[in-house]
Amino acid sequence: MNKKRELLIEILVPIFAVLMALIFCDILILIYKESPYRVYKLLVEGTLLNPYGIGQVLFKTTPLIFSGLAVAFAFRSGLFNIGGEGQLYMGAFATAIAGMYMPSSVPFLIAVILCIFVGFMSGAVVGFIPGYLKARFGSHEVINTIMLNFIVLALINYLVVSYFKVPETLHTEEIVENARIMRLSAVMPFFKGSAVNLSFVIALVTCGIVYIILWKTKFGYELRAVGLNPSAAATAGINVKRTLISAMCISGGLAGMVGINYVMGYKYYFEEGFSSGLGFMGIAVALLGRNHPFGVILAAILFGILSQGGLVINAVVPKELVDILQAIVIICVVSSNSEVRRILSKSEK
Amino acid sequence: MSDILGSMISLAFLSQVIRISVPYVLAGMGGVFSERSGIVNIALEGMMLNGAFAYVLGTFLTGDPVAGVISGVLCGMLTGLVHGIVSIRFKANQIISGVAINLLSVGMTKYFLKIFFDSSSNSARVAGIESFSVLPYNSEFADTINGIFGNPLIILTIAIVVFSHLTIFKTVFGLRLRSVGEHPEAADTLGVKVNLIRYMCVILSGALAGLGGVWLAVDQHQFTDGMSNGRGFIALAAVIFGKWSPIGVAFGCLLFGFAESMQITLQSSGADIPTQFVQMIPYVLTIIALAGFIGKSMPPAASGVVFEKDN
Repeated sequence: MNKKRELLIEILVPIFAVLMALIFCDILILIYKESPYRVYKLLVEGTLLNPYGIGQVLFKTTPLIFSGLAVAFAFRSGLFNIGGEGQLYMGAFATAIAGMYMPSSVPFLIAVILCIFVGFMSGAVVGFIPGYLKARFGSHEVINTIMLNFIVLALINYLVVSYFKVPETLHTEEIVENARIMRLSAVMPFFKGSAVNLSFVIALVTCGIVYIILWKTKFGYELRAVGLNPSAAATAGINVKRTLISAMCISGGLAGMVGINYVMGYKYYFEEGFSSGLGFMGIAVALLGRNHPFGVILAAILFGILSQGGLVINAVVPKELVDILQAIVIICVVSSNSEVRRILSKSEK
Repeated sequence: MSDILGSMISLAFLSQVIRISVPYVLAGMGGVFSERSGIVNIALEGMMLNGAFAYVLGTFLTGDPVAGVISGVLCGMLTGLVHGIVSIRFKANQIISGVAINLLSVGMTKYFLKIFFDSSSNSARVAGIESFSVLPYNSEFADTINGIFGNPLIILTIAIVVFSHLTIFKTVFGLRLRSVGEHPEAADTLGVKVNLIRYMCVILSGALAGLGGVWLAVDQHQFTDGMSNGRGFIALAAVIFGKWSPIGVAFGCLLFGFAESMQITLQSSGADIPTQFVQMIPYVLTIIALAGFIGKSMPPAASGVVFEKDN
């Protein structure tokens, strides 16, 4: 009975949140003297009812899956990683540099795996710092990850501007041919013209791997135990500090993979400002996906639709409407958690 | 190099440090009130942005900068109220609430920028706030002094720091406020209305951060998209660096303002020092402070913890 109720809460909360957000946005659309029906119709038509739109939605979904997974993974160990932005910049930058200097004799598959690995490791290094500081000094990871975001962004800005940029631009040189990930349209003509690429499949596979790590391995069990109750986990003989550091490293590594969609599958170079808040959106994705890898996929698709939808509706209402919608969804999810529980427990009495 | 050092001890440099620090100090005081009462406030950034926009809108609609300042402060308070409702009434995670409010503020200000000014990047120019002259002379020295001590917002900021210090450490309300942030259960047992005090503090926090945003808009005579530009996070860093005490935080803000002025001076001098590293100083110092290398920086014990009254 209890388990059933928990599941009901898990499902009801996101639905309730999205509905509340839609109502709020209706009001904003009306203020703009537009018809909400027309805006939503346009949004759905532009994203889900044509192949190009679907492809673009999946393209926007891909990085959100990685950044959502990163936040969710850390959450499971009880840590709050809001350093996704810094970690993903470091990862994307390192991926691009690895791809640039990759000898062209390295065969395709190995080159791709190497580049992704470098991105993962670089993100993991940035994630390690707050993890270590938390384990060693007990300093709060939220503040440290926020501070690191600014530090990493400044550092990469320095590296790009001073050493790696192509003159007159803010991007690096292109990566070698063998390190590029093919577009899905190459094998599925359905997606013709859209930027969705094999990174999407890599993202889905990564979700599967994260699921296996969290629920089918000893490490995952320990990690979740630490997340639920660190002192109980310590009593049971789990090395809490090591678990926390590993969790932050993997979380940072997952964020480090956000860039492969853009760097290896789309533009083939790293560009300043390519992310525009993907790290923060990861928080929303993880939250709405209830910190579960499969929930993350669904939430990332929803936010992918909104993100692509913003461009579609921009002709009618300012595209910032979807930013507002996303923010309201987050607020409603965290707020309705206690409310839905309260209402459910009342109805049971 | 000596040129740079020379320009750093000038009056103009000092005035620049103060002007840069004002919004940090205001938002920082907001952070102190909120966090001292037990509400973590990542939303300072969004509160500043909203305050800046509301100042411009208020001044634009009424033609009166005073009305602009009032609407900026009110809008900050409203943002604080939202943060309060989400984290107190709905017992939500305060960090997530803060992150969401920041995202919301970016979206909302842009949306209303489009509605009122038909632009996605900046508003129309509006009036600023006149300085009055303290020294009625016409020299560089007098101008600088007038620019600092004749500026009503700077005077107000200094008053707010003193007021915050006295309120938090010398009044009954301050004692209750601190007890609510350190041990809400004990405070509750003694009859202190925990959630009421938290609401007051988070709304006050919004007012102060909103005023910080007002300063930014007054300074530029307009609103530009995302103009808070991470300043709320610098203020948050100063709150930790200053160990949650108003005077300490104010000095932290001045230090960070000093670092930023130095960066600007270096940039305009064309010296071959990468400014990005100067830019990192506040953030690196905060991480070091938090790790306990400059005297342990300890947050209020119940900061971020939901208070549940036993029935």
